[in-house]
Amino acid sequence: MGLPPYATLGQRIWYYSFRVICGLIFFFLIAPIVVVMPLSFNAQDFFTFTPEMLRLDPAGYSLKHYEDFFTNPQWQLAMKNSLIIAPIATIISVSLGTLAAIGLSQSHVPFKGTIMAILISPMIVPLIISATGMFFFYSSLGNWMEGTLGLDKGFVGYVKVILAHAVLGIPFVIITVTATLVGFDRSLTRAAANMGAGPVTTFFRVQMPLILPGVISGGLFAFITSFDEVVVVLFVGSASQKTLPWQMFIGLREQISPTILAVATILVVISICLLTTVELLRRRSERLRGMSPG
Amino acid sequence: MAEAMLAADGTPLKRSLARALRRQKLRALGLIAPLLLFVLITFIVPIASMLFRSVENEIVSNTLPYTVESLASWDADQDTLPSEDTYQAMFFDMFVAAEAKRHTRLGTRLNYETTGLSSLFRQSGRKLDDIADISYKPLEDLDGAWDEGETWYALMNARDGADTALMATQRARIARLTDTETNGVVNFAPDAEVAALLPLAAREYTAWAIFVATQDGRDPATRDPWEAVAPALLIDLQSADLGGYDGPHADLLRAAQAANLPVPNFTDAFADVDKDWGNPEPWATIQTHSGKYTGGYFLNAVDAQKTADGMAWQPENKQILITLFGRTIWMSVLIMCSCILLGYPIAWLLANLPMRQANLLLILVLLPFWTSLLVRTSAWKVMLQQQGVINDVLVWIGLVADDNRLIIINNQFGTIVSMTHILLPFMILPMYSVMQTIQPSYLRAAKSLGATNWTAFWRVYFPQSIPGIGAGSILVFILAIGYYITPEIVGGTKGVFISNRIAYHISSSLNWGLAAALGTILLAAVLILYWAYDKIVGIDNVKLG
Repeated sequence: MGLPPYATLGQRIWYYSFRVICGLIFFFLIAPIVVVMPLSFNAQDFFTFTPEMLRLDPAGYSLKHYEDFFTNPQWQLAMKNSLIIAPIATIISVSLGTLAAIGLSQSHVPFKGTIMAILISPMIVPLIISATGMFFFYSSLGNWMEGTLGLDKGFVGYVKVILAHAVLGIPFVIITVTATLVGFDRSLTRAAANMGAGPVTTFFRVQMPLILPGVISGGLFAFITSFDEVVVVLFVGSASQKTLPWQMFIGLREQISPTILAVATILVVISICLLTTVELLRRRSERLRGMSPG
Repeated sequence: MAEAMLAADGTPLKRSLARALRRQKLRALGLIAPLLLFVLITFIVPIASMLFRSVENEIVSNTLPYTVESLASWDADQDTLPSEDTYQAMFFDMFVAAEAKRHTRLGTRLNYETTGLSSLFRQSGRKLDDIADISYKPLEDLDGAWDEGETWYALMNARDGADTALMATQRARIARLTDTETNGVVNFAPDAEVAALLPLAAREYTAWAIFVATQDGRDPATRDPWEAVAPALLIDLQSADLGGYDGPHADLLRAAQAANLPVPNFTDAFADVDKDWGNPEPWATIQTHSGKYTGGYFLNAVDAQKTADGMAWQPENKQILITLFGRTIWMSVLIMCSCILLGYPIAWLLANLPMRQANLLLILVLLPFWTSLLVRTSAWKVMLQQQGVINDVLVWIGLVADDNRLIIINNQFGTIVSMTHILLPFMILPMYSVMQTIQPSYLRAAKSLGATNWTAFWRVYFPQSIPGIGAGSILVFILAIGYYITPEIVGGTKGVFISNRIAYHISSSLNWGLAAALGTILLAAVLILYWAYDKIVGIDNVKLG
């Protein structure tokens, strides 16, 4: 890939211009995300750089948007809802998804193709269509739960959104866990059984530790799917289930406060942490399976 | 003959194996079953209910059951008005619907097909009392007893035998009309003898009794019935033979029959309410859309309409949905192409750099992939605004005058740029994984055989990278045509997709049937593309991160 010493002038020019082009594309990929960060410290209520900011004048910077985020009840409600909905949805999709992935990875599963297609479908169907279908179905489900079961309205609202988000996260769990199970050595479970371990013990003491990286990264995918989801929650939830993305969406559409940028920065930091975790897990999983870490 | 092989416990080996296999299958299914059920209930059923809603059309026959029945024999092509019987059925259907406040809903539904029906239904609903009064006032003047609810109750309520069939059909009528259960206790049952003698009055009184008992929770014995029972009674009395009747209020009935009180001419009365009822057009619309299932929403979704003479296209300048479908596909193709253009060099670079550097650069691709969609969309809103970062930079450099800033948001350009950015990782990652498998020695071999750099790339490397391009393209295209959030925020009016229209019909115009039909069409397109993706790439090769 390096430039050979005998390269002609044309080749040199191409080599460097190609690097520049690639650099520009990387700039295109990263710049929008990076731009948000300094702007979130803007002392003015603008969405752009003020002259004070460009002069690096401390007066041009402030934490007021962050302060607004942590004190404004609207944003706090959204934050609280996101932190309620996403973890519960993740727990549901991970626990059901891991079991099913183990079942799917066994030999001789009847109708494997059809089952797989059904389980993957929430990822395939565009969100707007899932949201439309869920809008019709979940409103009657909600009425039934409120009317027949006599449940509290707010509680039913959370149940609806959590169920919807859990099912959206399932394909990611299935895909990552089945991928991990492909490299799982079956003789280990047989060895455990041979030594007297029951199926439950084998699962928790032998299989689970080995596939844990896959399960966790599937769970992270499911979490981010729910945490980042806005279309379905807009259609299925009501105002009291307003999540962070929903609040951001309203803010962007009606153009209110630059607090959105502060939230965006916080979310970018969270996604960097998640990305690092997934990357570390992937390497650990490959090491465990005896592959060279990429 | 050889003995059958036996397993350790003495059963034939074959049977033992089959049993073990069956147990294994059952265990696998047992592990999958909870999730499968969960997905079926929380996802597949909702999607199926959406598909159903796109063809479901029970509202017309639920709201106007007798009119639909009566209209069945009417021929819309003959340019004549429906018969007086149809107008009469319409009056009683509408009267109940207006009391249940359901006539405006039907008006809204039929307004999708013929403009103006919404206001026609709304206004007619208010004036039905005037028609009823043509009979009600004279009846009341004849004998004040007709003004008392108790008179009617005594006349109609069952004595010797109740007409249970009539009761059941009217319960079902009110249930379908109001979308509620009507199985509750009703302190009334129509008398079989009166129901045979005065069928229309018994029918309407029963419907009223069920309505007040189940919807308002009141006792029909003490309430005054709707005015519509008066014209119903007088119509019945025109032909009823009261000779053998000796039940309650027999003399009242005989007096009313002898007085020969006026019965409204419903055809004229409706024309007085609104002259549109004197045209065949609203009737043709009702007749055309009276079926329980309809393809009408699908026709609407492609800018066509179901009329009495079959299908008709909207005029060219009103074909917004076809335009929108076209724009969705066209813009998705543009986004896909710009993703290929931008993604190919990056994927090539990543695949050809040493592992350590490639991994570092890969993070620059994965970071946007992992960043919240809303964050990226808000970033683009910040960048593209007229007072935004890009315009500021251009003004600062001097490329653009301050009073002439570029308009790059709320149009197609804004949507394409931001969606290219958002979907680019989905193009780069499949391309990268394919390019990793291409042996660099092939390129060297081509060059040693005398190929120029370009020939070696175009004839040797590029054909091998096509599967990556195909996989990435289909993935990006599928994701693009269903996008909602980004076009909604940066697309303005010119840069929105069909999904924004679906959301509009769900939350603003409340034309849910049309939204479902649009969704079904979009779903079909996506499924076909996925099927192609599965054939070309294989769903199992979907990799994350």
